Amino acid sequence: MQSYSAYSLFKQALGGHAGWQRQWRSPEPKAEYDVIIVGAGGHGLATAHYLAKEHGITKVAVVEKGWLGGGNTGRNTTIIRSNYLFDESAALYEHALKLWEGLSQDLNYNVMYSPRGVLMLAHNIHDVQSFKRHVHANRLNGIDNEWLSAEECKEFCPPLNIGGAMRYPILGGALQRRGGTARHDAVAWGYARAADARGVDIIENCEVTGIRRSVNGAVEGVETSRGFIRAKKVGVSAAGHTSVVLSMAGVRLPLESYPLQALVSEPVKPAFPCVVMSNTIHAYISQSDKGEMVIGAGTDAYTSYSQRGALHIASHTLDAICELVPMFRRLRMLRNWGGIVDVTPDRSPIIAKTPVPGLYVNCGWGTGGFKATPGSGNVFAWTIAKDEPHKINAPFTIERFRDGILIDEAAAAAVAH
Amino acid sequence: MLLIICPHCGPRAELEFSYGGEAHIARPIDPTGLDDEAWATFLYKRSNPRGLHAERWRHLHGCGRFFNVLRDTISDTIVATYPAGQKRPELSSDGKETMR
Repeated sequence: MQSYSAYSLFKQALGGHAGWQRQWRSPEPKAEYDVIIVGAGGHGLATAHYLAKEHGITKVAVVEKGWLGGGNTGRNTTIIRSNYLFDESAALYEHALKLWEGLSQDLNYNVMYSPRGVLMLAHNIHDVQSFKRHVHANRLNGIDNEWLSAEECKEFCPPLNIGGAMRYPILGGALQRRGGTARHDAVAWGYARAADARGVDIIENCEVTGIRRSVNGAVEGVETSRGFIRAKKVGVSAAGHTSVVLSMAGVRLPLESYPLQALVSEPVKPAFPCVVMSNTIHAYISQSDKGEMVIGAGTDAYTSYSQRGALHIASHTLDAICELVPMFRRLRMLRNWGGIVDVTPDRSPIIAKTPVPGLYVNCGWGTGGFKATPGSGNVFAWTIAKDEPHKINAPFTIERFRDGILIDEAAAAAVAH
Repeated sequence: MLLIICPHCGPRAELEFSYGGEAHIARPIDPTGLDDEAWATFLYKRSNPRGLHAERWRHLHGCGRFFNVLRDTISDTIVATYPAGQKRPELSSDGKETMR
C-alpha cells in the first residue's frame, strides 16, 4: 500500500502527481475464501479490515451488489456520538467512538473525524428530565455528556433561536463534546484501501442470489451474479436488504426496512459550528466541510426498498430547522435522497450468530448506524473469527426477542437514532 | 406521497392515513399455549419482502377504518386495496396477472 503523508505528497508533486496508485484492486472472485462478507458498505469493509488486521484472516472477499459505499454509508448525515442510555448500548457506541478517535492514523487515510460537539435540544419538561437522566447514566459509564441551559446552548451554537416565541422553545440541551462528524465516503474508502492492502478482495457488481448450505445445514458458500463462491463462513452486513439476504438461508428476522431521507442545502460560508439535533421536533443539522447544511429527516411511515420517500417528511424537518435557526429560512435546498434502513423492534442492532452454522449477521442499525461503523466492524469481525460474540456485542443477539431481554433504546431514547 | 384508495372513501392523500404494519398476522387464539419462540414470531418477526407486501392502513382522518393494501415495496406502486377481513388478492406486482 502506498503510504500517504506530507512527504509522499511532496514527492508525488515533484513527479506531477502521476505516480499515485489505485487505492484498491478490482479482482475477479476466487473459487474459495475463508470468509465472505456480503455488503461493501462501511460496516462490511470495517469487518474485513479487522478480520485481516486483528485476527489474521486475509482470505476474505467482500461482495457488493452495487458499488463500494453506495448504500447507506454514502447516504447518511455522518453524525457520531455515543451518549446512549443503556449500559449495553453505551459500551457498543463508546467502543466505536474510541476507534473513531484514532481511525485516520489506523487506516493512514483522513476520514475527517471532527469532534465538534453534538448538541441535543430539549423542548419540554419531559425532554429536560430525560436528558439529565442520560447525562448521569453516561457519566456512570465514563462517557462525556453535559447539560447546558438555553443560554449556554446559544453560546455554544450562536445561530440558535432561544426566544420564547417559538412553538417549542429551547429549554436546554445535552452536549457531547467528543461527538461530531466524519467524512462518510472516506470511511468506506479508507477501510477498503486498508483491507485490500492486507489481501482482502473487494468484488463490486456482484449480487448475492442464494446461500448454499450442506446437508447438515451449515453454510457452504454464496451463489452470486458472478458465479458460486465457496466459504465456510458468511457474514451479512447488508443494511436495509438484510431480510432479503437472510431469507435465502430460511432465516426470518425481527426487521422492517424503511426509507430514511436526508437533504443538503446550497453551500455557504462556515455558519454552523456543531451538530444540533432535536428529537421532539425532529431536526438534525450540521455543516459539511464543503459548506452545505446537511439535514436529516425522518423515516417514512411504511416499509419500502425504493430509496426515496415522500416530500412531506422532508418539509416537516425543514419547518423545525427554520424555527430553530431562523437565518436558514432563505437557504435553498440543493438535493434530497433516501436510503433504506433496517429497523428492529427495540431500535438496537443485531450483531450475532444466526441459527444457521457459519452464517453471521450484523443488522438492525436502523437510522443510526454510521456512528457505530468502526466498533460494529470490530466486534463483528471478532464474532466471525472466533465463532462467538465479543463481550460488547454479546447482548445484541436475535434471541433477545424470544427471551424478552430487549435493549429498548426505542422507549428510553429521548434520542434520535 | 402515496395516493391511497380507501375501500370506503375512495382515493385520498397518504397524510390522511396511518400505517399499521404487515397484514394478515392473526393474534394467536390461545396465547398461553404458545412457547417463547412462537410468541416472538408473532410479536416481532416480519416477512419484510422486497416486492409485494400486504399491509394494514387506517383512514385516520377519514372514515377511521382499518383496511389492507397490497403494495410493491420496490416501486411503492399500490396494486390493490381491500377491506379488513378479506383474503389477500392473488395479483402480480403490475396488478394484472393472477399468481399461481
